[in-house]
Amino acid sequence: MSAIVDKFFFYLTRTIALGILLIVAWIFVELFNNSLDSIQAFGFDFITEDKWAPNLEKFGALPAIYGSVISTFLAMLLAIPLAIGVAIFLSELAPAKLKTPFGVSIELLAAIPSVIYGMWGLFYFVPIIRDAFGGVGISMLTAGIVLSIMILPFIAAVTRDAMNTTPDILKESAYALGGTKWDVIKDIVIPYAKAGIIGSFILALGRAIGETMAVTFVMGNVHRISADLTQPATSIPVTLANEFNEADSGLYYSSLFELSLLLLVISFTIISIAKFYFLRRKRIGA
Amino acid sequence: MATIVDIFEEKALEVKDFEFTYAGADAPSIKKLDMPIAKNSITALIGPSGCGKTTLLRSFNRIHDLYPGNKYAGEILFKGENILLPKQDLINLRIQIGMIFQKPTAFPMSIFDNVAYGMRLQGIKNKTELQDRVEKALKDAAIFEEVKDRLKQDANGLSGGQQQRLCIARAIAVEPEVLLFDEPTSALDPISTAGIEELVVELKNRVSIIIVTHNMQQAARVSDYTGFMYLGELVELGRTEEMFVTPREKLTEEYITGKFG
Repeated sequence: MSAIVDKFFFYLTRTIALGILLIVAWIFVELFNNSLDSIQAFGFDFITEDKWAPNLEKFGALPAIYGSVISTFLAMLLAIPLAIGVAIFLSELAPAKLKTPFGVSIELLAAIPSVIYGMWGLFYFVPIIRDAFGGVGISMLTAGIVLSIMILPFIAAVTRDAMNTTPDILKESAYALGGTKWDVIKDIVIPYAKAGIIGSFILALGRAIGETMAVTFVMGNVHRISADLTQPATSIPVTLANEFNEADSGLYYSSLFELSLLLLVISFTIISIAKFYFLRRKRIGA
Repeated sequence: MATIVDIFEEKALEVKDFEFTYAGADAPSIKKLDMPIAKNSITALIGPSGCGKTTLLRSFNRIHDLYPGNKYAGEILFKGENILLPKQDLINLRIQIGMIFQKPTAFPMSIFDNVAYGMRLQGIKNKTELQDRVEKALKDAAIFEEVKDRLKQDANGLSGGQQQRLCIARAIAVEPEVLLFDEPTSALDPISTAGIEELVVELKNRVSIIIVTHNMQQAARVSDYTGFMYLGELVELGRTEEMFVTPREKLTEEYITGKFG
């Protein structure tokens, strides 16, 4: 009897697992099918062309790709040093009494829905940027900063967890040679946790590049490549969120689908790299 | 009162009226302990689990201070100074009193950098000096021949026994006066264990050694003096060859003949 139950559960859970894979495949196939018109019309030019002119039936994804890359890069640049600092504090420096409340708060921050970051950004952060840097406030810079605030707790929490896996005995060995706290953090804890830390960067990168709501509010959806960060811009998800309603032609519609296909491929690549790093993590027995 | 044999050698360390209490504990883990440690000799600490032997060992380099709330009382004299005083410079103390742990603790860096680490902490940057001292330490730890062609490789690629000898090389590279061994062979196979024991015996010409072991045969094989601890107290400190044959305390006899432990 119990053998039958085991078999039943095996097949049930296997079916569910297969279902997930099928859905992913389905998404990919549909995105690809809907992109075909655009792929045929523009070919490789789609990602090198910087004009996005729906009224002329010309669609180039370069401004959106540029916006995604630059806003994500800005976000990482701002978030990484701060997040590492927070993680070092939580893992190595904070007294035991502070570790839990601080750690839990950071985890809560990571759980704030991104639409709330977007609203807060639009109503309270945009004016600050406008006053400080000029422009209209809705800009690449604002998007980068809001994104960095969003991914900071995520990087901090994962980095802290990675640092916490450093065996005490390894740290004690460095202290026993006359190391200071700072020596031990930079020479032992960070190198030991390196794979996990890099993994957290890449996962945060994946989150930032696909983030939609937080940046839709503050980026402006303007298809223009500008080196001036205080100018409005767009990114792939921002374009998708704003323009499906207006897509009045088959080619417009198909071009948006090709954008989403691009985003899917980019995100998949990033997550694959992160997985590669996480799997390579080796641990010295504690 | 503990039975303590007279020490003829100079003393490397002297424990006086020492008490240690872990953070949050009601009672001390080590109570009113007196113990001399002979210079250029090997003193083994034996006793059942929880007797306080590792706790005592970890007091000599004050590694307990890494965890807040642990309390010391009494004195541990090193070069005539009480190292338990708050003004004690812990970094300076740990350079002079090194430690080897229960498991090999190769740092996540190359073999060369592992051995050079303690010297670099002291600000030694001269390449030739580093190279000479790393090579000498590796030779003294009897591992140079095995690793000389791969000094740039990750130390974690070495076997457990090799890593432990690497840790010993790392510890002696900074030329300490005392070396503390905390069950250094408990994670190793018998052949590696024999190698480490041989090395420990050779080292005593240069450093004073205290070794905690749960293995009485190991204590008998390597040490000059043996201290038997029980329930946080030193029961007996004797010359090893005498203590294992004719222990003076009944409790010691019962322990070394396997009546408890």
